[in-house]
Amino acid sequence: MSAVPGAASPMLDAAAAGARLKRRRSRVLRERAIEAVLFLAALVSVFTTIGIVYILVKESVVFFQEVPLWDFLTDTQWTPLFTDAHYGIMVLLSGTLTSSAVALAIAIPLGTIIAIYLSEFAPFSVREIAKPFLELLGGVPTIVYGYFALLFVTPLLQMIYPGLPGFNLLSAGIVMGIMIIPYVSSISEDAMRAVPMNLREGSYAMGATRFQTAIKVVVPAAISGIASAYILGISRAVGETMILAVAAGQQPNLTFNPLEPAATITAFIVQVALGDLPHGSIGYQTIFAAGLTLMLFTLACNVGGHLLRKRFREVY
Amino acid sequence: MSAPDKLMNTELMQEREAALAPKAEVQGLDFYYGEFRALKGISMTVYEKQVTALIGPSGCGKSTFLRCFNRMHDLYPGNRYDGRIVLHPDNTDLLASAVDPIEVRMRIGMVFQKPNPFPKSIFENVAYGLRVRGETSRRGIEEKVEQALEDAALFDEVKDRLHQPAYNLSGGQQQRLCIARALATDPELLLFDEPTSALDPIATSSIEELIHDLKKQVTILIVTHNMQQAARVSDCTAYMYLGELIEFGVTDELFIKPKMKQTEDYITGRFG
Repeated sequence: MSAVPGAASPMLDAAAAGARLKRRRSRVLRERAIEAVLFLAALVSVFTTIGIVYILVKESVVFFQEVPLWDFLTDTQWTPLFTDAHYGIMVLLSGTLTSSAVALAIAIPLGTIIAIYLSEFAPFSVREIAKPFLELLGGVPTIVYGYFALLFVTPLLQMIYPGLPGFNLLSAGIVMGIMIIPYVSSISEDAMRAVPMNLREGSYAMGATRFQTAIKVVVPAAISGIASAYILGISRAVGETMILAVAAGQQPNLTFNPLEPAATITAFIVQVALGDLPHGSIGYQTIFAAGLTLMLFTLACNVGGHLLRKRFREVY
Repeated sequence: MSAPDKLMNTELMQEREAALAPKAEVQGLDFYYGEFRALKGISMTVYEKQVTALIGPSGCGKSTFLRCFNRMHDLYPGNRYDGRIVLHPDNTDLLASAVDPIEVRMRIGMVFQKPNPFPKSIFENVAYGLRVRGETSRRGIEEKVEQALEDAALFDEVKDRLHQPAYNLSGGQQQRLCIARALATDPELLLFDEPTSALDPIATSSIEELIHDLKKQVTILIVTHNMQQAARVSDCTAYMYLGELIEFGVTDELFIKPKMKQTEDYITGRFG
């Protein structure tokens, strides 16, 4: 008889070992199956991205066979539907950049201030009430924002500046900024609340006020998260469609003046996609070239933001 | 509370009393976290230019007590102080509601358990307190930062990289940086909350040496888990248990012949 409990007889041992092996095999199999499902799910998003890029590039190549890239980048007119067609993307890009600049001029300062207030100053009860309302702001359909800009904000602005046209980038940009505020503030706030309490205590112990602590310690400590929030805000602004299509007018206009109407890349794509353009015509192809431009622009923002964040993280 | 018979009243203690000036006097201090009474009628004296150690088992309230001195509890809602902590020479009651906690913290520095440098350069970390106080003279700040780093025995190690991020320093260096940060504003009283519990033995001994040297220029109150540390660095020691001050006396005496049975049990390791 063995002194070791559980090692009763060699026969039993072998049977137990066999059962163990079987169990292990089925476990490994199950693990593999789960892994495969997870992998496939991840693959879907990768394939979608690749698919989109492929279509955009393929259709754009057709477009650029007709229109030289140089003209595309430097022409100062965008009239793809006229007989005398011009394809100067700068015209649309100027509208996108101007409206985005207006939106970010609203969303970044306000979003940051709201985040600082909610994270560092607001009492618990205020925060609990304010946050859902703020998030609601992000849940309003953009078409509603568009009509809000066109029918409410524009007339309001016209009271201050009577010469303002009914369609303009300013009003659309302001409303777009309001829409983006919750994205900026909620991610920034999360980043600031993740700053460890002992850092704040260190600052208070030095005799700092709440405001000094927030500005000099908490914000720098959370800067990489805050930068992410800004990047997301920029991407939202550049890609926003409905508000601009409704409130900024849809006429291509090479301008950096927010008081003028202008079409953005996205608004143009909507316009063309809704019209009855023959499939395969050059007018139809323009939307792919415009879409590619937009995607490259957003990609550049994201990569830039990523590099910036990495740099900051390395420093601190 | 604070029955005087509990406190050491020996010749050595009387000698000390005569030779030393009190820096802070705690009088009947009670502290409440909401309804919970965490400190019960504490009275003791912190002597000027001496190291006073607070020892006791976990949860005995020693950190809570320490954080009363710079009103750290004001940062959280629901906390309440009762009693007085009188800071000499101007006899300010640190706990009075009329006294601004920010004023208190400008006079009393603190070093925390875990090194907590700010996400700034080494230089800016030490300059922080000066900037918070509105100091703008570049020369003045540079001089004080250098002096504070010297005093914290860190200057030689970092003088070539003052403008690099503080996070690149080792744990022990970060803690000395936090000491330098506290010293830069010439505090009257420096609080240490288990300053070496996150450090290795070598870094610990350098911090202990530093504390020993620093008492020439500043009054020190230190919370420690480590009784050997209390014995090594302090002049006076207070033993706390369950929110009460059990015994307070000259360190050498308290460790060799404690008056209270509870103290003896704790320092001999029979309990705690």
